[in-house]
Amino acid sequence: MYRYDHYDQALVDERVAQFRDQVARWKAGELSDDELRPLRLQNGLYIQRHAPMFRIAVPYGMLASRQLRCLAELGRKYDRGYGHFTTRHNMQFNWPKIEDVPEMLAELAKVEMHAIQTSGNCIRNVTTDQFAGVAADEILDPRPLCEILRQWSTFHPEFAFLPRKFKIAVNGAREDRALTWFHDIGLHILKTDDGLVGFRVIVGGGLGRTPIRGEIVREFLPWQDILTYCEAILRVYNRYGRRDNAYKARIKILVQALGVVEFARQVEEEWAYLKGGPATITQAEYDRVTAFFGAPAYATLPTIDETFVAQQADSVPFARWVERNVRPHRIPGYASVTLSLKKPGIAPGDITSDQMDIAAELADAYSFGELRVTHEQNLVLADVEQRQLFALWQEAKAAGFATPNIGLLTDMIVCPGGDFCDLANARSIPVANAVQARFDDLDYLWDIGDIELNFSGCMNSCGHHHVGNIGILGVDKGNEEWYQITLGGEQGNDARLGKVIGPSFAAADVPDVIEKIVRFYIAQRFDDERFIDTFRRLGADPFKVAVYGDKARLKAAA
Amino acid sequence: MTKIIKNRQAVADDYTLLKLAEGEVAETVALPAGAVLVPLAVWVARKTELLARGTPVGVWLDAGEGPEAIDADLAQLPVIGVNFPKFVDGRGYSTARLLRERYGYQGEIRAIGDVLQDQLFLMARCGFDAFALRADKSIEKALGAFETFKAPYQAAVDQTQPLFRRRAA
Repeated sequence: MYRYDHYDQALVDERVAQFRDQVARWKAGELSDDELRPLRLQNGLYIQRHAPMFRIAVPYGMLASRQLRCLAELGRKYDRGYGHFTTRHNMQFNWPKIEDVPEMLAELAKVEMHAIQTSGNCIRNVTTDQFAGVAADEILDPRPLCEILRQWSTFHPEFAFLPRKFKIAVNGAREDRALTWFHDIGLHILKTDDGLVGFRVIVGGGLGRTPIRGEIVREFLPWQDILTYCEAILRVYNRYGRRDNAYKARIKILVQALGVVEFARQVEEEWAYLKGGPATITQAEYDRVTAFFGAPAYATLPTIDETFVAQQADSVPFARWVERNVRPHRIPGYASVTLSLKKPGIAPGDITSDQMDIAAELADAYSFGELRVTHEQNLVLADVEQRQLFALWQEAKAAGFATPNIGLLTDMIVCPGGDFCDLANARSIPVANAVQARFDDLDYLWDIGDIELNFSGCMNSCGHHHVGNIGILGVDKGNEEWYQITLGGEQGNDARLGKVIGPSFAAADVPDVIEKIVRFYIAQRFDDERFIDTFRRLGADPFKVAVYGDKARLKAAA
Repeated sequence: MTKIIKNRQAVADDYTLLKLAEGEVAETVALPAGAVLVPLAVWVARKTELLARGTPVGVWLDAGEGPEAIDADLAQLPVIGVNFPKFVDGRGYSTARLLRERYGYQGEIRAIGDVLQDQLFLMARCGFDAFALRADKSIEKALGAFETFKAPYQAAVDQTQPLFRRRAA
């Protein structure tokens, strides 16, 4: 993975000094709370329900074992011995003191980490596919271009005070695993028949209170031009995006207001001045960065390891874990493993400091010392030998990482919700745990099969409920927590938004409602038909009847 | 006389900033004597009159006003002000870059309004060379802000080559 040179290191060190000074001036009364707010947010520091919340970037999800050990230590020293992985390759701590954050940043800087632009109205952490570099369906490894984008966006002088936050996702494979249709800019790496590499540029997607699928602004942009083109997009947004209403300030609102044709025209007009300028990426820079992402020293192994096959035949639990949590690898004899952070009863995405240390050890022992953080809030060991999987499984199981539920109902995406977050309308963790408890029978869970359940505690949609096959949204009705259910959302190439099925429910009813939906699906499905495919075939109405009974039937008939 | 930061030093401000108060209109507002920095509307309405005074005159652009509005007049303007109504309103950064990089403006670009120490580094990168710091803030302390980062990544007005081109060299 990428390693800092003295330039990169100086920038994060200078950032620590800058923030240390800002906090000192704030304590001395030289900076007001309002003046500090955007400065601390651009270092990932929120003031939350119980304490500050501190969000650390894991750029495009790549994490070295020594970095994870540093996070473990920060959790012990400054928090309560655990952290939380978000849906955008970040780690959050919920209990640090503001005064400690400069020191935490200094410790992070020692392992080439930072919290730069993890919040605030600026360009956020660039995200990508957790299987970048190892996926069989990959067109081009997106990580070098993600790193180039990271450097370009870090302290960008023109775009530090945008109308609203700005998120970029890059996908380099045939299957979209980075939710690119729902980012401010989504980039698909493409290769033409002539071998030219570039991007399809999608702008104006997003979830939040106004969920919108992004629109294609350019079908093919040569890779060398991506920085100048992003500057053109951001300049149009910075100048003309709305600033009078925070709820209408994202670029998606500007794209919708202008129409994508006019928006694209303005971007191209701006780009005409920037195209070919000094920010055009050089082959030398691309090669320099790409060298950091070269293949590790893979062993030469048979495509299928016989011991591994026998071990699966001998142990049903191991075979189940392999089926759900292990993916094929492009290198013979290797596999990619997802460590589940969705053990029922634990807040999804939470990980203790001790577990972080163990995950770091597993990475060192089995996967070249590297991990990836997924937007589904799990960890990935990308390069594991098949012949080592059984040993890894046993260690992962002991550490609570081996719940064989990847892609199943209990592998939910869940935001921290009202237990921690100031914005939330409702708690998400206890309700998610109640749903997990309802589906605690592994055979039943397996029988249900692939299904994505996403849960947000408020309209800001950090839990991606809009794109869950089943989405749960916490809403506030007269100071009470209620939960609205959506069906039919989907991520991937055919990404789309779910639709609300009807009136919301009390927390205690949510497991029943999910069960009704699932039971109806099981009764209706053909053979191996996935939930989302049954839903597409039948439409929402029969599911509404399954949930609401005759009331929905009458309404559907009307 | 109030002070501003110019070329990284605290200097006396030669210009009087004219703002239209409630009820005042560009056509009739009284012009202060001496060097003056006027709102765009006053410049548009009274350009000839302002130039005939023989004293320096500059124009300040509000956050929603772009350099397109004065592109034909740039040669006549020794100073262009760019207003930050709130320091979190970042439109002025684009205005300054456009003035320098697209319109080739060589005169003074002065940040006015809610101008604070922690934004000076970014503003300087975008082409501002003068800063009317908010009156309640210490100019002397703010002067240190220009050294916050020694070698930033991007190409901008102060450093026209991105780090990746300098790294390679």
